[in-house]
Amino acid sequence: MTFMLRALTIMGLSLLPFRAVAAVEIQEVTSPEGITAWLVEEPSIPFVAMDIRFRGGANLDLPGKRGATNLMMSLLEEGAGDKDNLAFAKATEALAAGYGFDASNDSVSIEAEFLTDFTDDSVALLRNAILTPRFDQAAIDRVRDQVLAVIEQDRRDPEFLASSTMAALAFPDHPYGTPLEGTPETVSGLTRDDLIAAHRNALTRDRVHVGVTGDISAEELGPLLDTLLGDLPASGAPEVPEATYALEGGLTVIDFPSPQSYVLFGHEGIMRDDEDFFAAYVMNHILGGGGFASQLMTEVREKRGLTYGIGSFLVPRDHAAQYMGQFSSSNDKTAEAIAIVRQLWSEMARSGVSAEDLDAAKTYLTGAYPLRFDGNSRIAGILTGMQMQDLPIDYIATRNDNVNAVTNEDIMAIATRLLDAQALHFVVVGQPEDLSTGALPEG
Amino acid sequence: MFTRPIATLAACLTLWSAPSLAEDDTVTTFTLPNGMKGVVIEDNRAPVAVHMVWYNVGAADEPPGKSGIAHFLEHLMFKGTETLEPGEFGRIVQAQGGSDNAFTSFDYTGYFQRVAADRLDLMMQHEADRMRNLVLTTQEVLTERDVVLEERAQRTDSNPGGLFGEQRAALQYLNHPYRIPIIGWRHEIETLGLEDALDFYEEFYAPNNATLIVAGDVDPAEVEALALEHYGPIAPTEGLAPRTRPAEPPQIAPRRITFEDERVSNPYVIRTYLAPERDPGAQEDAAALEMLSQVLGGSSATSIMGRTLEQEEGVALYTSAFYSGTSYDDTTFGLIVIPTPGRTLEEAEADLDRMIVKVLEDGIDEAQLERIKVQVRASEIYGRDSLQGRARTYGVALTSGLTVQDVQDWPDILDAVTEDDILRVAREVLTLETSVTGYLTRPEADVEATQ
Repeated sequence: MTFMLRALTIMGLSLLPFRAVAAVEIQEVTSPEGITAWLVEEPSIPFVAMDIRFRGGANLDLPGKRGATNLMMSLLEEGAGDKDNLAFAKATEALAAGYGFDASNDSVSIEAEFLTDFTDDSVALLRNAILTPRFDQAAIDRVRDQVLAVIEQDRRDPEFLASSTMAALAFPDHPYGTPLEGTPETVSGLTRDDLIAAHRNALTRDRVHVGVTGDISAEELGPLLDTLLGDLPASGAPEVPEATYALEGGLTVIDFPSPQSYVLFGHEGIMRDDEDFFAAYVMNHILGGGGFASQLMTEVREKRGLTYGIGSFLVPRDHAAQYMGQFSSSNDKTAEAIAIVRQLWSEMARSGVSAEDLDAAKTYLTGAYPLRFDGNSRIAGILTGMQMQDLPIDYIATRNDNVNAVTNEDIMAIATRLLDAQALHFVVVGQPEDLSTGALPEG
Repeated sequence: MFTRPIATLAACLTLWSAPSLAEDDTVTTFTLPNGMKGVVIEDNRAPVAVHMVWYNVGAADEPPGKSGIAHFLEHLMFKGTETLEPGEFGRIVQAQGGSDNAFTSFDYTGYFQRVAADRLDLMMQHEADRMRNLVLTTQEVLTERDVVLEERAQRTDSNPGGLFGEQRAALQYLNHPYRIPIIGWRHEIETLGLEDALDFYEEFYAPNNATLIVAGDVDPAEVEALALEHYGPIAPTEGLAPRTRPAEPPQIAPRRITFEDERVSNPYVIRTYLAPERDPGAQEDAAALEMLSQVLGGSSATSIMGRTLEQEEGVALYTSAFYSGTSYDDTTFGLIVIPTPGRTLEEAEADLDRMIVKVLEDGIDEAQLERIKVQVRASEIYGRDSLQGRARTYGVALTSGLTVQDVQDWPDILDAVTEDDILRVAREVLTLETSVTGYLTRPEADVEATQ
């Protein structure tokens, strides 16, 4: 798992549209104690999906404690309240509930699915995981070993090597620059007290956003929010500083024994609250975001057979933004593929998009809007994602208008501002022919 | 990571409404005069439809020496037809805001679009068109072959676990084509050409070898009428041979393999046994094997392997048992142990064997079995949330030789499994004579250097 993939997920959520054709009923529910959640009622299947996210995340790791937030989140289901990890697991199974706990740099998340019939018991169990995790030493040691195994695995994973190298080069002075799992040294040194501190810092009421979808009413949800979250501390660690992007254009080759090279490339991007974000989004769809139809796929895969897949994506995060892309290509074809990427990047910056391409992109993006409304968990995630990005509750009604309002001139302007083939940095993991670390060839 | 412990079960179980699924009135079927089957799954929550065509042909049906042709053809199906430019169908789907893709397995090849429900007509029109009217040029075929070689390089050749899996399958099956990778052996992919693709296409891409599945906000009668309009006129392939593959001889000796690769991070031992698959009207043994996999290695906290090796003894980083019962021919039941650093694979294998003995000698905790069944029942409710998942469940089952009734009976059969059933199939299937034991590891010097 890499920050890149996490960022992709976040990106997806920000633009996932809703049931535009049908009436979208998002209710804002405020609990008796003042905790708010966004709710979409969907009574046709007797279960509830919740997505609870806390802004801050692994960026809040204290100095020398990298990995604490990640390990802490992994331990929430390993025993809570009067139940050790076995009792907790048995209780979860008996309810057929599903709980997920995850950490990213910008946030930590708790996902839950439970049957309507078992709402009270499922919520009580989740409350204990959130509020009274045990952090038993045996569980800490076992899960720590699993994290260390993941770190060991990452050392031989081309995608991880590329993304962690790119992150380190881009953000040398910010938590974004280091893997949130930590290093073997930091993870081995984490104590129970460190985990308690991470828990205290990350899970606070002033940073929480909640999305709920399923077979539950607003009246039922209010008190449930207080049960789950009401006893959390009001506030936590100080805000995370902004990150400065420090990477210049060029090429970094990491030797790795493989017939293919994995290539990650990018430069600075655009923040989600930028007024030109929609223009950038539509532009990226045409350049490399739109699957088979994108320019990158057409030129690198369809016409030349240089890769199985290539794509680009905007990565707006809370404290920095990147614009990135990735592909894998045989070692003898990697240089050619990189040259084509740079060429397409330059052409887009110079010429923008055709009226036809823009129309096709808009038709797809707005037409796909009602189709993505796909399942309770996904909708709960969308609701939380919207709140995390400070989008208004009526965002869904305006989203397609925002896409349709993008003009050729808007795209030209954002392409000129954003795209810079000379600033692209390519991290290549493999044994590519005719490529070595340093400046990019002219072109 | 968000996992429900019963994830493997949920994958093959998307329909079950207490008290009984056999009465699920959201699923209807029809058969066109030319032999094409249809399944309609109604779900009116959102104005969306998933349209799928599944062909009863996969990698295990390829002619000798042409490995990878089923999958290669799947790629080529996105080129043009007599009336559409290459890639145009995809652009039409996109212009509707839809998405499309395809997939190839041993036993099936499937194509799907996800669109607004009122665009179903258009999707059928073009899917029916490419069932018979594909047009390919040599240049397209050669370029796409490079894409497939890159796909193989990415998924298999760059992945020690992928290469290891290929070697293990080739060892598990001496004679049956499940021994050959779906994507094909590299040296054979490199020789595949236009004629190979067209020969395969003309024989197998026919209405009497296909199942249409439509799920979503649709009316079954309208779907059937549309299917008759678009797929009905297509002539069947006459004399399509029954689907028989070379059968395995009895396995009479354990087989072993050690695969070393410097890219391996956490060495592991994996054991697979030849096992029966779900058969039409006779799914009881498969159900017991499915439950055995959950009991032995479903949950890392409460299963026998997870509880003992990961939690109590601390000798494994990860353990699991797995069984893929939905298959046309004999399948496998497997166990995996990733030992904690410092333990050898020989010790991990002994741990694995010890767990088999443990379940056979100690029997199964009644409460554990009941908790697994609770999750089986719940997985129906959760499963109803995914349109595509439901459609896929039927597609995989029907192309694996099962019927709609079998799919609907499956949850009840799982629920009826007893401890005796599980122990019986465990004794029958978990025999070393029919097993392959594999070690995936790094070259020795490398392993020592990092520990």
